[in-house]
Amino acid sequence: MADPLKPDTAVPVVIDRRRFLTWVVASPALMVAVRLDSSFAQTGPAETEPASFNLYISIQADGRVVATLPRTEIGQGITTAVAMLVAEELDTLLDSVEVRTADADPRWLIQLTGLSSTMRYLAGPVRAAAASARARLVTAAAHRWQLLASRLTTSRGEVLAPDGRRASYGELARDAASVLLPEVSPLPKDVASYTLVGQPTGRIDARDIVTGKARYALDLSIPGALPTVVARPPTLRGSVVSHDASAALAMPGVVGVVSLLTGVAVSAQSFAQALAARDALRITWAPGPASHLSDADIEARLRDGMGSRPLPPLFTARTLEARFDFPYLAHAPMETQSCVARVTSDHAELWLGAQDPKFAQREVAEALGWALTPQRVTVHTTRAGGGFGRRFFNEPAVEAALVSRALGRPVKLMWTRNDDMRQGRYRPASHHRLLAYLGSGGSILGWHHRSVIPTVEFPHGFGDLLTSLVGTVLPGVTSQTFFALSQKVPYRFGLVTQQLREVPIPIPTASFRSVYSSQVTVANELFVDQVARELGRDAVELRRAHLSSKRLEAVLDTVVREGQWGRALPSGVAQGVAVHEEWDSAIAHLVEVDVSGAEPKVLRVVIAADVGLPINPRGIEAQLQGATIDALSTTLSAGLHIDAGAVREGSFADYRWLRMKHTPATIDVHLVRSDDRVGGVGELGYPTAAAALGNALARGTGTLPTRFPILEAGA
Amino acid sequence: MPVHHFTLNGDTVSVEAPEDTPLLWVLRDALGVTGLKYGCGVGVCGACTSHLEGNAFRPCIQPVGGVAGRQVTTIEGLGGEGLHPVQQAWIDEDVAQCGFCQPGQIMAAVALLRHNLDPSDADIDAAMSDNVCRCGTYVRIRAAIKLAARRLRGEASGT
Repeated sequence: MADPLKPDTAVPVVIDRRRFLTWVVASPALMVAVRLDSSFAQTGPAETEPASFNLYISIQADGRVVATLPRTEIGQGITTAVAMLVAEELDTLLDSVEVRTADADPRWLIQLTGLSSTMRYLAGPVRAAAASARARLVTAAAHRWQLLASRLTTSRGEVLAPDGRRASYGELARDAASVLLPEVSPLPKDVASYTLVGQPTGRIDARDIVTGKARYALDLSIPGALPTVVARPPTLRGSVVSHDASAALAMPGVVGVVSLLTGVAVSAQSFAQALAARDALRITWAPGPASHLSDADIEARLRDGMGSRPLPPLFTARTLEARFDFPYLAHAPMETQSCVARVTSDHAELWLGAQDPKFAQREVAEALGWALTPQRVTVHTTRAGGGFGRRFFNEPAVEAALVSRALGRPVKLMWTRNDDMRQGRYRPASHHRLLAYLGSGGSILGWHHRSVIPTVEFPHGFGDLLTSLVGTVLPGVTSQTFFALSQKVPYRFGLVTQQLREVPIPIPTASFRSVYSSQVTVANELFVDQVARELGRDAVELRRAHLSSKRLEAVLDTVVREGQWGRALPSGVAQGVAVHEEWDSAIAHLVEVDVSGAEPKVLRVVIAADVGLPINPRGIEAQLQGATIDALSTTLSAGLHIDAGAVREGSFADYRWLRMKHTPATIDVHLVRSDDRVGGVGELGYPTAAAALGNALARGTGTLPTRFPILEAGA
Repeated sequence: MPVHHFTLNGDTVSVEAPEDTPLLWVLRDALGVTGLKYGCGVGVCGACTSHLEGNAFRPCIQPVGGVAGRQVTTIEGLGGEGLHPVQQAWIDEDVAQCGFCQPGQIMAAVALLRHNLDPSDADIDAAMSDNVCRCGTYVRIRAAIKLAARRLRGEASGT
């Protein structure tokens, strides 16, 4: 990255009441950087040289446009959505825009992919940078043609003059780089004039994916990188007492064996050789810190953590109670944890699909003894085969770096599926108690929900991101802070209290798609239906009567209409609904399930979502469908068991994620647009899908499901 | 160490490896073919699905010794210079999210359509349920298979 120019070129742009500074970066082409300007008190350009960025966009001499983002493509489609915004604001063709994900660099203001925040956070800077670049290109053409800039227009990657002259962006890029102040407005377009953004658009990387050209970390050809696997302890976070590698080292292709804190690594000429040699290691293990805990012990600890009931509000005539138990979940991305590393005496270079690359950089630097000089570690962010929260943490990067240094060779380190399932990090189990306080006549006087959840570990960059989203500096972001910020009950239920009680359980955790809402919101929405049943009221009618959000009313009304709530159904088929508001978005699910067979079968799903400005409706639909599959999987059939500190499930054979044959024929998505704010999408679809399924099961079977997954493995 | 000769994406290749080496690692590590992915190594996820004599198979549990003299096709060998109609349908239905499982999904779908140009939902369930997609793209996979089938049957509705 070139160094930023002096600040007299910084141009302030205001979008959605936020002020951005855009400026040209020294480069042979036109390169515009942008940052959110937190110094609102200033009226002019920033007084100091901007040293940090949100992102930058460059226009090359051949007309290609490259946007570089401090985010990771983990399948959520951000590269396509950003390319659409860039093409829209620049008036260029979508296929001329390339989106690159950046290496770890402290100059990126926020470099974490999570909290469904990428488009919420970056849409403004992308629009500001692209609009600023366009204004400079127009100004450069005006200077060249000695015309008033305001008389020029742009279309399909060219600046056009009224007299028919035209110049491509590539031709103008160099001149535009020396435009100090644009002579046309650098403000983004009015959203109402958008022609590409808002149109259902296919992924820009689809062709690479379907031809097998898309490269994930282990597909990169780093010369000499040795395939490496790690023998891991039988219990979670067990440790090596001693090992004998003599048999393994004598095997064909084996290059070296390295003892690590997490196990014993074997590097060989091929993964087949490394896996065979791993199995020939003789290792004595010490049990991990959870080896005295099995499911029943964990459940008992969670229940012990619940404590006594609070006092009900005055005039409470009747108290309803429900309890729910959720299991540990593995994120189980299709691409197991993996990393390529090349470490020399004074520098490390890594390639991995990290959701928080600066954290990876710091962790690797610390592991190599370079904590004070993390810049010696280069982290290249690759495309990742799914994330779901798992790739906030970077165990394979630390392992690969240590093995590479020990052997003096580059390595490509892969976790096996068993490693991924049994030595990973997990969405924690939880226990919930909900109380609804009813007055005489069936009014709802209060709602109390206490969740007991083992502490969720958040990554390094999480606090910075949350702070930036909330718009105020938080005094230390903890799981309690995040719980309080994220968990809302969107109903007028009188006195509402929600509490998180954390129980220390020595099983590693990481936030999972939708974080606390995957448990807390699901429990709330299941209990809303239970309260409606107890009061003899319709589940939709009761929600409508108490909702405190117009957006939720609109999405609920949409699924009721599109999903034909209450329609005549065959015997054994039932409907359920649920609503949720988070990530600046609102959603409702309607699920129809057939409970007449040996296992429940989801027949049909209808979703309505209000995500504000829908940048790419096709991508939004994909995310909501995918989150629905996650929720149906983990509600019905996928969950982990802990046996004496070890995870029982080892692959997709016993971790029963939905397959094609279990998938409903249709998952229809309807978008409702209440305003033009960009809402989050990636995690939005999980909680309501799970709760609507649970509510449908309760209506179909007459029994409220309270333990998940409903079908235990092998059932 | 034995040398194995087989046809890979139309070209004859020879590799030296023990008989029981899983073909997945021969292809990825020795021959540099990376379109097929490791997802489980035990034949339960389908991320490595490729073709042996035109039929879907799992290179992660197929010993290299067993493919001597036979035709192996990976995603790289599917479309030749252009795209196979199934790949085109995958693009048109915008199936992929993270994309990691999709080469295997496509190879499974091509194998299905080779024998059945008008697959029912039950046929699709039977042929595709051994391939996991952790992003949950199944609805679009089903739509893409039906779109490709219509086009392969030459129906106008598939255009």
